[in-house]
Amino acid sequence: MTEISTLNDFALQVRRDIVRMVHGVQSGHPGGSLGCTEFATVLYNDILQHNPKTWDMNGKDQDLFFLSNGHISPLWYSVLARSGYFPISELGTFRKINTRLQGHPTTHEGLPGVRIASGSLGQGLSAAIGAALSKKLNNDDRLVFVLMGDGELQEGQVWEAAMFAAAKKVDNLIATIDVNGQQIDGSTNDILNLGDLKAKWEAFGWQVLSMKGNDLEDVRATMLKAKTQTGLGKPIIILMETIMGHGVDFMMAGHKWHGIAPNNEQLADALKQNTSTLADY
Amino acid sequence: MKKYTFSEKKDTRSGFGAGLLEAGRKNENIVALCADLTGSLKMDAFAKEFPERFIQTGIAEANMMGIAAGLTIGGKIPFTGTFANFSTGRVYDQIRQSIAYSDKNVKICASHAGLTLGEDGATHQILEDIGLMKMLPGMTVINPCDFNQTKAATLAIAEYHGPVYLRFGRPAVPNFTPSDQKFEIGKAVMLNEGTDVTIIATGHLVWKAIEAGEQLEAMGISAEIINIHTIKPIDEKAILDSLKKTGCVVTAEEHNRIGGLGDAVAQVLAVNLPSPQEYVAVNDSFGESGTPEQLMKKYGLEAANIVEAVQKVMARKRVLA
Repeated sequence: MTEISTLNDFALQVRRDIVRMVHGVQSGHPGGSLGCTEFATVLYNDILQHNPKTWDMNGKDQDLFFLSNGHISPLWYSVLARSGYFPISELGTFRKINTRLQGHPTTHEGLPGVRIASGSLGQGLSAAIGAALSKKLNNDDRLVFVLMGDGELQEGQVWEAAMFAAAKKVDNLIATIDVNGQQIDGSTNDILNLGDLKAKWEAFGWQVLSMKGNDLEDVRATMLKAKTQTGLGKPIIILMETIMGHGVDFMMAGHKWHGIAPNNEQLADALKQNTSTLADY
Repeated sequence: MKKYTFSEKKDTRSGFGAGLLEAGRKNENIVALCADLTGSLKMDAFAKEFPERFIQTGIAEANMMGIAAGLTIGGKIPFTGTFANFSTGRVYDQIRQSIAYSDKNVKICASHAGLTLGEDGATHQILEDIGLMKMLPGMTVINPCDFNQTKAATLAIAEYHGPVYLRFGRPAVPNFTPSDQKFEIGKAVMLNEGTDVTIIATGHLVWKAIEAGEQLEAMGISAEIINIHTIKPIDEKAILDSLKKTGCVVTAEEHNRIGGLGDAVAQVLAVNLPSPQEYVAVNDSFGESGTPEQLMKKYGLEAANIVEAVQKVMARKRVLA
């Protein structure tokens, strides 16, 4: 396991990447990206069994990760680059013409680490279930992980997939929901109340865990616990409480920073709050 | 006019079922998914022989498309099965993002396409599916004409890497394609060589085109008849070679006249060899309940409609000349 201080350094650098990428092209989604930084940091450093150097689409004998809420691509790109999937310098091309780092993730440009396009919400869980079934058919005992947003749960396909995974005992799957309580138009409570998520997922037949998503130690402990509960006949879901915009104080109140870019002064402020640890791209 | 005969009428969906079973025996990576229409899609034999490779998703087509996309990761070759309406319009964004844009090797197999689904009526009779699917970059679109050709197409797409939309139907239609005829994706089949007019047909309208060709011969008109089973990528060479000879064309399809085979042919001709064209297709409307025969007659998809369209298009050719 990685030292917590090392994970913290990684997360600080990822935060810098996120705000710099979004600032650099004056578009993108910093809020959810920052809120899930600890999760992705722990996932790629200490949870996934993966080898970036031998990455291929089929991912035989590798753990797979799917990002269903594709708009938090700045986070994913930063973590993939800093895990060795592609050159860190490529982060500077985010959302720019001819880039592999499209606004929302895609396989179309052949970016290592990405196995399906996402962005139109609600589709990632189904794809993850398919990949998990493929692993079972191939007698590959590695796991499949997927991250979804909480607002995304308003998409009906998620619940089709939820019903399927439990009924068919897809127990090599660990899903996580970023419960930040925010979506573009406001708080999830105001837009379309999600109700009791724990009760809902339990009623659908899932093993439900919860964690504090901005606490590196709790994320790691819970993810490790989730791994021990695979193979027991139930799909697993982790309700991950986060604060949108976590780590940049002025982005942390409400939904405002879901999808807007910081100006020069705001960037300087954000970078001051997250000192460089692994060198900027 | 070359003589075509058939020993029996069979449904094209059964050709799919037979092809899927044979493909499954040849390649263990083939998996099948169905959204509660196993019997209608004739997938029962595959499900029975390969239960571990058959995935019943229940009535949840969006999830089925997503699972199919995910199954390709790890090397599986998924065949999804449901009605054409639920295979396209209902799940367009899932196909667009998770399959087409993601370049996944999924075979979207769609039965009960068009009016000939019959009595269930317009909710189930999709006439827009070819248009929807051919607009997706990278998507191959195939509409075979009879049992043998549908079976051969199913085997061919199993060998091809990339997303495919395979469209077939419910009614028993003349099974005249030789059972050993190789199916080449993107290659038109010349059914009859002629000089006065080209008739290009797809799916259930291919046999109607043959019937029309016989009637036209009796009227002294020599019709070239081409079966375009692959609407995308379309066989431009076959179309242009024929039109250079005949100078006019009638297209025939069980689909809306907007967005289907006719438009695909018109696009080839507009750019390369502008020619008079008439459409035999549904005139931008929904279908309705009725027997397949009644519907084909009411919506103008009979051999007689092709003959009428030929007379019209040949008159236009003469005016141009």
